[in-house]
Amino acid sequence: MTIAIHNLHKRFGKNQVLKGIDLSIDEGRIYAILGPNGSGKTTLIKSILGMVIPDKGEISVLEQSIKKGWKYRKKIDYLPQIANFPPNIKVKELINMIKDLRNAPSTEAELIELFGLEPFLNKKLSTLSGGTKQKVNIVLTFMFDSPLIILDEPTTGLDPKALIRLKELIQKERAQGKTILITSHIMQFVEEMADEILYLLEGEIYFKGSIEKLLQQTEQTNFEHAIAAITTGSHA
Amino acid sequence: MLKILKYSFYDLIRSRWSYVYFLFYLALGFVLLFLNNDVSKAVITLMNVIIVLIPLIGTIFGVMYYYNSREFTELLLAQPIKRSSIFMGQYFGVAGSLTLSLVLGLGIPFVLYGLLRSNAIFDFSLLLITGAFLTFIFVGLSFVIAISNENKIKGFGYAVLLWLFLAVVYDGLFLMSLIVFEEYPLDTFSLVATALNPIDLSRILILLKLDISALLGYTGAIFKKFFGTDLGFLISIVILLLWTILPILGLRYKAGKKDF
Repeated sequence: MTIAIHNLHKRFGKNQVLKGIDLSIDEGRIYAILGPNGSGKTTLIKSILGMVIPDKGEISVLEQSIKKGWKYRKKIDYLPQIANFPPNIKVKELINMIKDLRNAPSTEAELIELFGLEPFLNKKLSTLSGGTKQKVNIVLTFMFDSPLIILDEPTTGLDPKALIRLKELIQKERAQGKTILITSHIMQFVEEMADEILYLLEGEIYFKGSIEKLLQQTEQTNFEHAIAAITTGSHA
Repeated sequence: MLKILKYSFYDLIRSRWSYVYFLFYLALGFVLLFLNNDVSKAVITLMNVIIVLIPLIGTIFGVMYYYNSREFTELLLAQPIKRSSIFMGQYFGVAGSLTLSLVLGLGIPFVLYGLLRSNAIFDFSLLLITGAFLTFIFVGLSFVIAISNENKIKGFGYAVLLWLFLAVVYDGLFLMSLIVFEEYPLDTFSLVATALNPIDLSRILILLKLDISALLGYTGAIFKKFFGTDLGFLISIVILLLWTILPILGLRYKAGKKDF
């Protein structure tokens, strides 16, 4: 079990975002965390990363409780939702900086080539377009070899070519036995990539299982419709 | 922490505002020396400018830096780095680069003018030391305010209000209380009240070292008796240190509990 979450609660002011999440994430699979806006997807991910401090509950990553720890993050590669970097720094410097901070072997050269970022290496980050920033973001995430990868809306702003590269990249990582968590609103992307769906609704896990199970349960033939029908369907 | 510090510092050193700040002090130093033609007098004029300006710049830079680097902070939070190291690194990066601008900006013209050969070197160093203290204090306070307020406008507002209070309103209240209670002995009160405000404390420290306390009359004599001695000087430095450390502790505390 890569991640084990037990009875996780989190509230922001009056807004109870997570209401007792129990979850176990197994090794070597791709999990898609889905749910309507504001259902707690990002909060759940950030709790795992230790960026959000839970009110109640236990999280352990790779058999290690994360409370007050930070070293476990060496085992996680995280792609944040909005790629916004310090404006005065060049792409190359940012990559070197993250490398320096993590102090781990990295494969950035391949990835830079894969996404065609060479012409941008000496440009300042403030001059890059949204899509190019996202590519830099992807390079920063995938250049390390960690057993757990968490991607928050990885497809944002990517052109079709880059999207194909990203999918190949994710498949390659999975083939190496890594565990991958993805949130996305692009259902086609999820359908293609995910082994298992976690559907969050109002701070609880509403559905957990494979795509086939979801289609069966909602009596739909189309994945996108199944997701839309998940909360209204007769199984609920 | 040192790595974060290095990058924050590097990032700031290359930003336009650090240069503007540096050039401003450079220009100020040259102009004052040119107009006054005397190092000691220039130090006094300089004191009046920087005692108000440093806290303001520290406050604004601190708040701006914190809010501008929020996304970057989030990127760092997902890395295997201790939380407190991230914020401490950023804090020392901002305060350090501002202090560097101050020291170099003022230092260069004074050294060129012949500071090293004049006897004002001690006064001048004291000016720079209190300037550095004020930078660290106000950057720290502004970081605490910024981390406690999600809303940029609110955070900015509170930070500027704090500056306004300590730089202007506090003196007003202080003077008013002196007038209202003029029939009572106010020596201790005024000493304590001065010591509690880092801006006032710095001003008094410099004024007394400049040996112009006679200008301050009776109060000056009391102040001289206290702050002018080695013990008074030591206590003042300790209070400035406390003012520096408390916001840092506050920042660490807030950083440990905050959700990103």
